[in-house]
Amino acid sequence: MSGRRLLAVLCLLLALLTAGLTAGPAMAVRPDEMLSDPALEARARAISKDIRCVVCQSENIDESDADIAHDLRVLVREQLMAGKSDQQVRDFLVARYGDFVLLKPPFKMKTLLLWVGPFAVLLLAAAGILVFYRRRRNAAEAPPLSADERTKLDAFMTANEKTGSSNSDSEGPAR
Amino acid sequence: MRRSVFLLPLVVLAALLVFFLRGLDPARDPSAIDSPLIGKALPTFSAPPLLADAPGIDSQDFVGGKLHGQVVAINFFASWCVPCRAEHPVLKQLTGELGMPVIGIAYKDKKDAAAGFLAEMGNPYQQLGTDESGRIGIDFGITGVPETFIIDKQGIVRDRVAGPLNPQLINEEIAPLVKELNK
Repeated sequence: MSGRRLLAVLCLLLALLTAGLTAGPAMAVRPDEMLSDPALEARARAISKDIRCVVCQSENIDESDADIAHDLRVLVREQLMAGKSDQQVRDFLVARYGDFVLLKPPFKMKTLLLWVGPFAVLLLAAAGILVFYRRRRNAAEAPPLSADERTKLDAFMTANEKTGSSNSDSEGPAR
Repeated sequence: MRRSVFLLPLVVLAALLVFFLRGLDPARDPSAIDSPLIGKALPTFSAPPLLADAPGIDSQDFVGGKLHGQVVAINFFASWCVPCRAEHPVLKQLTGELGMPVIGIAYKDKKDAAAGFLAEMGNPYQQLGTDESGRIGIDFGITGVPETFIIDKQGIVRDRVAGPLNPQLINEEIAPLVKELNK
């Protein structure tokens, strides 16, 4: 590799690196949205992290760049400025968008399956495994051989030993 | 009991099939959100008029005002919204066939742009307000435009359609509801 080419590659790498550093993670919260009171702003951030963006449904409004997420962030801050409690702000949003707007849905009859479902499946699976092993253990305890079966087996084993020893070199398991 | 255990995989399969078929149902929209507004009085709001010759809209109009005793549709739209363009001609079906007033609210739109959209596409709205900040939209819990709400004679929200209306939806969902509410 010539010196000039090496220099070009190095420059390119440096450019990529600085671009990556300056771009950083995308910040959805714009500076003009932020409150001057750091305590209120911290509360607003904490609330926003638990509010689902209703357009891009797998993001919270604190991270979403959607227009409506911006509107909701501003709304949350306005409500806090007006002296509302965190719960009152959440209730305000739930009254408009329903429980769906909370990333952590409340525990009630409608969400019972959501909260209890995974544990129920786990318990069912555990019960199934337990029953399976119980059965297998019972099945393993087979009745002892009768005298007749014992003599037959002995005869078979001795006969097999005689022929088996000569063959073991060629046919023995290759383990 | 032991003999019927061989049926278990079949039962599990049947349960899975029910789930999968439900997932394949084209009418099912997994991202749809039920509106908590349904069955409640419509939110308090006041949208200033968009055009000089058409009145704005206020929640007062529904309770004891000029819209009291009528089944009304409120349609959120915007000139920047492509599905609204597709939906717009269909709104005539509400005013014509169903004979109900349709109220328009221009959501987060510039007045000129919204007025231009109506000049081009026609204006089916009896009253027309603007919601430039989008705050009225939030009070209605809309997630985008177009969205349509059906309000009964007492000013109670009865239905919400998120996304564009189409003739099939109006015939199958809106028309029977409006007929019922008009009884």
